[in-house]
Amino acid sequence: MDMPVPNAAVIAKKEHVVARLAEVLGEGAVIHDPAETRAYECDALAAYRCPPMAAVLPGSTAEVAAVLRICHEEGVPVVPRGSGTSLAGGAMPTADSVILGVARLNRVLEVDYDNRVIRVEAGRTNLSVTGAVEADGFFYAPDPSSQLACAIAGNIAMNSGGAHCLKYGVTTNNLLGVTLVTMDGTVVEIGGAYMDAGGYDWLGVICGSEGQLGVVTEATLRILPRPEGARPVLMGFDSSEVAGACVADIIKAGVLPVAIEFMDRPCIRATEAFAGAGYPDCEALLIVEVEGSPAEIDEQLGLIKQIARRHDPVELRESGSEAESAAIWKGRKSAFGAMGQLGDYMCLDGTIPVSALPHVLRRIGEMSAEFGLGVANVFHAGDGNMHPLILFDANTPGDLERCEAFGAAILKLCVEVGGCLTGEHGVGIEKRDLMGVQFDPVDLEAQMRVKDVFDPGWLLNPAKVFPLEASAGRRAG
Amino acid sequence: MMRPGTEAELAEAVAAAAGPLRILGGGTRPVGRPVEGEALSVAGLSGVVLYEPGALTLVVRAGTPLEEVERVLAGEGQRLAFEPMDHRVLLGGSGVPTIGGVVAGNVSGPRRVQAGACRDSLIGVRFVDGRGAVIRNGGRVMKNVTGYDLVKLMAGSRGTLGVLSEVAFKLLPVPESVATVTLHGADGARAFEAMTRAMKSPFEVSGAAWLPGKGEVHLRLEGFAGSVAYRAGRLRALLAGPGEVTVETGAEANARLWRAIRDVEALAGHAFVWRVSMAPGAMRAGLRADLDRTARFDRVVDWAGGLCWIGMTEAQAADYAPRFGAADAVAGAIRFHRDLQAEMADPELGGGHATLVKGPEALRAAVPVFQPELAPLAALARGLRAQFDPRGILNPGLMG
Repeated sequence: MDMPVPNAAVIAKKEHVVARLAEVLGEGAVIHDPAETRAYECDALAAYRCPPMAAVLPGSTAEVAAVLRICHEEGVPVVPRGSGTSLAGGAMPTADSVILGVARLNRVLEVDYDNRVIRVEAGRTNLSVTGAVEADGFFYAPDPSSQLACAIAGNIAMNSGGAHCLKYGVTTNNLLGVTLVTMDGTVVEIGGAYMDAGGYDWLGVICGSEGQLGVVTEATLRILPRPEGARPVLMGFDSSEVAGACVADIIKAGVLPVAIEFMDRPCIRATEAFAGAGYPDCEALLIVEVEGSPAEIDEQLGLIKQIARRHDPVELRESGSEAESAAIWKGRKSAFGAMGQLGDYMCLDGTIPVSALPHVLRRIGEMSAEFGLGVANVFHAGDGNMHPLILFDANTPGDLERCEAFGAAILKLCVEVGGCLTGEHGVGIEKRDLMGVQFDPVDLEAQMRVKDVFDPGWLLNPAKVFPLEASAGRRAG
Repeated sequence: MMRPGTEAELAEAVAAAAGPLRILGGGTRPVGRPVEGEALSVAGLSGVVLYEPGALTLVVRAGTPLEEVERVLAGEGQRLAFEPMDHRVLLGGSGVPTIGGVVAGNVSGPRRVQAGACRDSLIGVRFVDGRGAVIRNGGRVMKNVTGYDLVKLMAGSRGTLGVLSEVAFKLLPVPESVATVTLHGADGARAFEAMTRAMKSPFEVSGAAWLPGKGEVHLRLEGFAGSVAYRAGRLRALLAGPGEVTVETGAEANARLWRAIRDVEALAGHAFVWRVSMAPGAMRAGLRADLDRTARFDRVVDWAGGLCWIGMTEAQAADYAPRFGAADAVAGAIRFHRDLQAEMADPELGGGHATLVKGPEALRAAVPVFQPELAPLAALARGLRAQFDPRGILNPGLMG
């Protein structure tokens, strides 16, 4: 992975920059000992590492603004970091950068049930947002699988999704306001507890901008009343094509499940060996979950089962209790852990039109043979967001490179059939150099112009999102 | 009027433009400050590009009439979830609303409270920027975080950053059944309490409106028949208190009622109309504040109290004017507009936005039609326009 050559002039004034940062934050909030900065050398894309020059942990919006103002004046790149769970290298440092961690910003500022919003500091973890309101019967809908650890700041940066976004949308659909600090230290208040302001959709463009337009320190999020209940049905099929057709029929029938999850045979076998969830041994498995009162759930599941029967399922198992629901979800939820037992894997995140599912699954199978690497598929079928897991051995020379080439080939296939490179993980450094597959230079230029407006010096989260050669002129300037 | 028939011709027209352009779809939503410029209509770019009912996605050229889009979707039992209003009812005019115009204004109706705004259903755009370059963003899949989200930036930018040529949506199935639970005889306090209670329930209310003129609070439920009946019963019990509660289950009657709310029919005869977006709690307090006591106006409240349409007749505006030494109805409306936007800017009230939606050109030219943004955002907005439209030719001045 190419990264820009670190700016020697910046590294040369490390002591000076650290002293200035310590002056506004206190010594304890500035980490600069090389033994300690290693803790920030990578995120969840652990194959790539580089310790930052320093890391800071501000405790307020004013401190974030002070840090950015100093770094702006000194020309020091800043890499914002939530909890460091990015699978795309979104918080990967450069050697001349300061990591700005928002972990200390984790308070709930206001809960307002009448307006159905919560205002939190952005370092708060996703699950603990729901934790703050669940006793009163509310929840925060976006539920990335890292939700126990991941921060709202990172969710906003990557516009994170989750298993339930078929019904509730992703982060951008549940975000009503932010406090944003731009690279020059300006604090900008955007939105609030109300909907749809009259000016430009600032929230829309900030959400998913991978921390390159500003640092979000506070967020107003929509919370929803918890449904009366939820229950899944599990169905197994002889082929992925049939499972895909069943998904399309369910959607067309007017049912709106909260989740439609898909697993293929390699993934089913791995999770069975790992978690023993009692899944049928078949080519493709769907878990479809619906919500409502017991009677409403019965009505919807009845219709779904009726549709499934038209596709000759080898298994059709409706949950009748909390315990059975948990058993059905057990395998799916442990899928990534199960795959980890088999060795190293790379998790992809392309999205495809649901209609292209059978074709794409077949091609991935063929490519698996061509590249000589195993692959398992587990994904959100309702919205076409795939997660092929490519198995490799990090200790075998050349395996990582082969795996990356295979991954790139799959993502190109996703784009070819009308999809995209990433559905919920973000571009980061991981898919940066593939952006040219999906976008023409003029499309990327338009996006980079937005960054020019927010961060003219291109100091914020460098070397992410855009291919290095596309951004070279701007970064140099 | 220029009326290109293809995206390439549109790009050529923008690139070759010698001066300001006034971008039009069907010309049915003349909201914003009047624009001096040569008219450029996108209506010639029409037709469905791709429709996959099984994937709930539609790609359509920006000039396609909204009616045609809705007809095509209805054929497969699907629809645009965000229920865009028809501005002709409120603003008059005889043009044909286009889907591009809907997106340019981020036009969203009562279902906004449940299904999101236009921008939430929008998953892809193609547009021509002020240099004449064709730019793509997003795509035709529901989940996409590849690169910056210019899709949402284009929604509601009213042709000031680019001219839309193609738009893509995610869709929803038309539910089997609909019912409206109506609370009668509701004053402001009771109405807000009822709407808030309904929205805090798990019964998935897809529309919550208060018509103060009639004293009615309408709460809409949609879904499978059994589920709608169940939730209507629960909601009815939830509203127990002062005022009769009735339930309407007729498809036609429901369509008529929610169309009237969506299109703000109650204010169609008013000369001046504002659209106010606030948190429901703030709206409830705001409506009781000074403005309410000194001015006479009519309103329609939607989005569970988050959206308030305020209408003033000529007579009401003329009545407001003399208190401030203003001469006539337009002067009264100007004064009212300024008071309203000042109230929105008051942080004590929790923030909000007031937009002048309807008024004569003289009024729209005299005031900031949209709520003025705070200085840092206004600077960013200028920066974006300079990047996307360096010559300043796309609907210049429309958004202030």
